[in-house]
Amino acid sequence: MAKRQTMTKQSSEKRINNFNEVANGFTKEEAMLEAKRCLQCKNKPCVDGCPVEVPIPEFIDQVLEEDFSKASDTIKAKNALPAICGRVCPQEEQCEAECILGKKGEPVAIGALERFVADEESNEKAKVKVSNKNSGAKVAIVGSGPSGLTAAADLAKLGYQVTLFEALSEPGGVLRYGIPEFRLPKSIVTEEIEHIKELGVEVQANVLIGSTLSIEDLWEKGYKAIFVGTGAGLPYFLSLPGENLNGVYSSNEFLTRANLMKAYKFPEYKTPITVGDKVAVVGAGNVAMDSARTALRLGAEEVSIVYRRSRNEMPAREEEIENAEEERIDLKLLRNPTRIIGNDEGWVEELECVKMELGEPDSSGRPRPIPIENSEFTIPVDVVIIAIGQGPNPLLPKKTPELETTKWDNIIVDDDTYQTSISGVFAGGDVIGGSATVIAAMGDGRQAAKSIHKYLQE
Amino acid sequence: MAKILDKRDLAPEIDLFTIDAPLVAQKAQPGHFVIVRASETGERIPLTIVDYNRDEGTIDLVIQAVGCSTIELCNLEQGDEFLDLLGPLGEPIEIKEIGTVVCVAGGLGVAPVYPKAKYLKEAGNKIISIVGAQTEEMLIMKDEMEEVSDEIYFATDDGTLGEKGFVTNILDSLLDERDEVDEVVAVGPAVMMKAACEVTTEYDIDTIVSLNPIMIDGTGMCGGCRVTVDGERLFACVDGPAFDGHAVDFEELMMRQSHYEDEEEEAEHKCNLDREVE
Repeated sequence: MAKRQTMTKQSSEKRINNFNEVANGFTKEEAMLEAKRCLQCKNKPCVDGCPVEVPIPEFIDQVLEEDFSKASDTIKAKNALPAICGRVCPQEEQCEAECILGKKGEPVAIGALERFVADEESNEKAKVKVSNKNSGAKVAIVGSGPSGLTAAADLAKLGYQVTLFEALSEPGGVLRYGIPEFRLPKSIVTEEIEHIKELGVEVQANVLIGSTLSIEDLWEKGYKAIFVGTGAGLPYFLSLPGENLNGVYSSNEFLTRANLMKAYKFPEYKTPITVGDKVAVVGAGNVAMDSARTALRLGAEEVSIVYRRSRNEMPAREEEIENAEEERIDLKLLRNPTRIIGNDEGWVEELECVKMELGEPDSSGRPRPIPIENSEFTIPVDVVIIAIGQGPNPLLPKKTPELETTKWDNIIVDDDTYQTSISGVFAGGDVIGGSATVIAAMGDGRQAAKSIHKYLQE
Repeated sequence: MAKILDKRDLAPEIDLFTIDAPLVAQKAQPGHFVIVRASETGERIPLTIVDYNRDEGTIDLVIQAVGCSTIELCNLEQGDEFLDLLGPLGEPIEIKEIGTVVCVAGGLGVAPVYPKAKYLKEAGNKIISIVGAQTEEMLIMKDEMEEVSDEIYFATDDGTLGEKGFVTNILDSLLDERDEVDEVVAVGPAVMMKAACEVTTEYDIDTIVSLNPIMIDGTGMCGGCRVTVDGERLFACVDGPAFDGHAVDFEELMMRQSHYEDEEEEAEHKCNLDREVE
């Protein structure tokens, strides 16, 4: 079996000093070698692993024929954001996990090939795009993250007049404010959204649905269906003493300052960010890795991840954990914060932790972390970033009492149709809970768009 | 984009802007705020909605040029546009008939106090206002406050207008003399609101304050504006900005407001350099 091609990366010494992408993407030669490895299975197990059902063997075959434009069309028929998905999808748990080659050796590098095709296509500027003029019913999409963008693209392709409402200054949601430049360049987010606009989707930024316009206002403005994809925009805190000290950030705030407000270009960009020399990030998911690696690039000398379980249970993608380790992020495993200690001026100085051991599996199926008595110790820190997860932003349900939610504030939808308690209002992505990846949210957007189409035809 | 329809000087480096923002005007209520950004490189600045006109589709904002980003906003003129304007944000204050309300405003706090006083007055309340500033020249919206107040008192640091000293001194003697006060609204620098709440605690009078912690998105997403109220962690942007003043941890608020003092100095230095180069 031919060896799986891997993307070259910027060296860790170099990349910790810049915000450029870590992985370089396949060259044409690498892409061809990798495409040749695909067995073109008849039953296409990889496609079953893809939440948006990209016809994977078909596009890989078109890569082999060197028809990258056709390969791009093949992907885009199912996936409106290929350059983004090629970079941030957990392929190792999805398409690549199903690849037959993976049973005995290494699976085809589907993600890297998808990224290659998307990047080739955008390099090929000659292609003239024509804006669609859609004439179908008006549909409002609330929130312009992965689920909203996908639903918008699918509905625009079906001929609906789609308006995408975004509360922040630019569309993209978590792709814009959350995922850092070195993992997902913002120019790529902008470009993919431009493609969606070319389908006829109108973007209205600086409009907070629930406040600027209510659901009722949208009906009055002639929208016939509404999709809510407002994401997981509510930071969780630990509720530990000292959490409101200066120098303690939620990952949402730290990443929003760095990404959306470009604090890494301070003082040219006016939004400041505090980093200091020693940074501790609490949590071990992708957002924790993003926060730690951003802090490093902003000049921190020592960055550690504090996590209460062991490396095996870390929820981040393996690739991101490896990148963090290469960049000398210190993984402080089996450690749980107990207190944040500040100085007289109200600035964080130390993070007190307790050592943990693993016990029997808990309700999540993972070993339960148990504190070891009297094992408390402190780490000197200038900044602490809390990255233990986010909940659904409660603003829209709060302003729309008829919109039913769970006790965790997730919007309740019908399992099959994605329709909420309000007829004609659909929802998907992190706001309905559970998904937590870009591609799963896109899958929701796709399914909801199908339901909206059906609803509007009835 | 939000167009500046009118701009007028209120005091040195303090301007009142009338902005074309029909959607925001339609939904605005006293207590609401907006977030504006002058340009691509600017910060997101939260500003109270001082007044609104639903028919004209306009809102009024007061901006004091104190840092790089507010200087940039104040350099914009009639006909120019703010790049971004988002709102209305926050929870409005409840406007109902209470009886007699004392409205205390310190410095730029007049901007958030004015709409509360105006609409409380319209709802049939008696309004006694106490307005303070460093000097008479720095005291803004005097005419507007007089118009919505049944009684009004002034305090300045140098005694150029009204009593020399703090608004809280006037508040103290007023509450000492009068029994009819049902509620106090106090907005200004955190230290002033804290002092006002200490006075009203003594007289056991409900006090509403409006907090201005550092904020970014204004939609509850970043948690930067977290404040402790009655021991609970709340977000000023979505749970406030108005809170029961007697339950607010002002020490923590003041500490958190100082977070970026060093960076602000650095940014200001660059601002000045840039201006000199121009």
